[in-house]
Amino acid sequence: MSGNMKDVYGKAKDNYTAKIKLKSGILFVWFLLLTIICLLPIYILVINATRSHSDIANGLSFVPSHYLKSNWNKVFTDPGFKLCYSAFHGYKNSLIITVCSTFLTVFFSALTAYGIHVYDFKLKEISYSVILLVMMVPMQVTSAGFIAFMSDLKLTNTYWPLILPSIAAPAVVYFMRSYMKSSFPLDIVEAARIDGCGEFRTFLSIAIPMMKPAIAVQAIFAFIASWNNFYTPNMILISVDLKKKTLPMMVSALQSSDKFNDYGAIYLAIALSIIPIIIAYVLLSRFIIAGVALGGVKE
Amino acid sequence: MASGAQRRIKSISYAKYGYIFILPFFLVYFFFQLWPLINTFIVSFHGNGKSVEAWVGLQNYKDILFGGTRKVRVIHESFFECLRNTVILWVGNFIPQLALSLSLAVWFTEAQLKIPGKGFFKVVMYLPNIITAASVAVLFLQLCGQSETNPGAVNLILHKLGIVARDEASGIYKTIPLVEGVWPSRIVIMFIQTWMWFGNTMIMLMSGIQGINPSLFEAASIDGASSGQVFRKITLPLLTPIMAYTLITSMIGGLQMFDIPFLYTKTGNVKDHIKTLAVMIFQYFHAQADENKMGYAGATSVLLFFITLTLGLIAFYITRDKDEIAKKKQRKKIAQQAKKESKQFGGISL
Repeated sequence: MSGNMKDVYGKAKDNYTAKIKLKSGILFVWFLLLTIICLLPIYILVINATRSHSDIANGLSFVPSHYLKSNWNKVFTDPGFKLCYSAFHGYKNSLIITVCSTFLTVFFSALTAYGIHVYDFKLKEISYSVILLVMMVPMQVTSAGFIAFMSDLKLTNTYWPLILPSIAAPAVVYFMRSYMKSSFPLDIVEAARIDGCGEFRTFLSIAIPMMKPAIAVQAIFAFIASWNNFYTPNMILISVDLKKKTLPMMVSALQSSDKFNDYGAIYLAIALSIIPIIIAYVLLSRFIIAGVALGGVKE
Repeated sequence: MASGAQRRIKSISYAKYGYIFILPFFLVYFFFQLWPLINTFIVSFHGNGKSVEAWVGLQNYKDILFGGTRKVRVIHESFFECLRNTVILWVGNFIPQLALSLSLAVWFTEAQLKIPGKGFFKVVMYLPNIITAASVAVLFLQLCGQSETNPGAVNLILHKLGIVARDEASGIYKTIPLVEGVWPSRIVIMFIQTWMWFGNTMIMLMSGIQGINPSLFEAASIDGASSGQVFRKITLPLLTPIMAYTLITSMIGGLQMFDIPFLYTKTGNVKDHIKTLAVMIFQYFHAQADENKMGYAGATSVLLFFITLTLGLIAFYITRDKDEIAKKKQRKKIAQQAKKESKQFGGISL
């Protein structure tokens, strides 16, 4: 009897394991395929950056060639390129704007979410509803008035209009509030008060460390959004010289390739605009994925 | 127990901090967003071109929505064309994107599946999202661009796969017009958008799934639920808030889709079939001083605003947290009752 039972259960278990194995295998192949799709354009970009114009025109290749140096020289010395593309100035400008605005976004969004979550005040519900409502205003809608107002204040062609508005990031506030709702008990604030901790210090030394996962996730998203932003800088930095332009603005100048007519150099210029951020991402990815995973751990 | 008066003093002193904490947000918001928004409304009631200063009331809206003389009809038709393009491009990237991200998020978080290199896959799939959209647009323009002799990388791959034929005698490829063609270029843009954003959505959904109490999944697996049942009865309902967030942010992002349609052109002029509302607004602002269409740009912005608002509210309504609403009602009831009771003791409100 018992032997029979063992037999039945053993079979079921084997069946189960086999099924899981099969599913895992199929999924593995699917993931591999997606990986290739994700990486292929970037791979072709990097390979083509090392090839000459005529090679690229003649066909596709998956092995690097040896024209990197001549392409490099072209990107940095060709008068046509020098007029509209300067990678290192682009890096510097984009980095300044992005770092400042990411910090402001994350800090003030956490502060706002904390204020709404922890305190009871008359306008609490209204202000939260306003934030939700505000989330739906597309940037394009305000851009007309925004630029008119900024030029009245003589702030166009400076970085201020690109940095300061990031203090008000409704979507981030919404996310942080949702996060706090599920994982920031008010008892902690109560306890800190009993221990004589000031309100602002409670926020800095208790709430922020507790919200680290949410802050990390949102900081990454804010960083990417700001780094990739093309619309606003393109509107605000209307007549600055090349040295003050952001990287996406420089890349956009490469768009009509007839002007340059050297595919290898164009590919290299595009590659230069994305490789640093890919390197940074690869170095930080462990932290990013862990942060995201942590962000989900609640209760 | 503290008396009502004591409690009131306490709550007042803390309420102050609430206002202080949210003050910077609202200050910056009013200054950099609300006032510009109002300004946009004002602009939309003014004229175009040389008569920018003139007040024309609702004329711009009438022109855009209903057309009129031949000159105006162009704008009227262009608006609806752009709206249609925006919707097509957004739907065409959101549906595959959500399906892909949701399935990936579920598979990644399923504990019993033994897939090697999960971490690596996650990292790679998120990668396209961090690349500057402007660079991506120019990159795909290069990859998809073609001339008679140079079919471009994508067409070459399609040729190797046997989809694109090559005329043996002349050596000319029968390429797919991935930049010039109406649907090919739209599909390329949808692909780019999906390619860029599915990793992001996947991470959002994954963090949502991991936030679900694991004991629920354990209980389900003890009860013998299949993975499909777990998905439908546990994951999906509990994921609604995060899905709402994803849907709303993606929709807002989709309605302001700009970089890729704007830069995905060889000639510098955005093709009519991929022109989105955001591109239209941008072009109206940046036309020559006499030719500018400030009023129309403002009016289009305002219309875009109301479209977004309506869709956003619908999304909120569908995905709202029903338990939370019921709880709120109950809380209100209790508060009212308490108020009533306290009135009997000298009318001090709590």
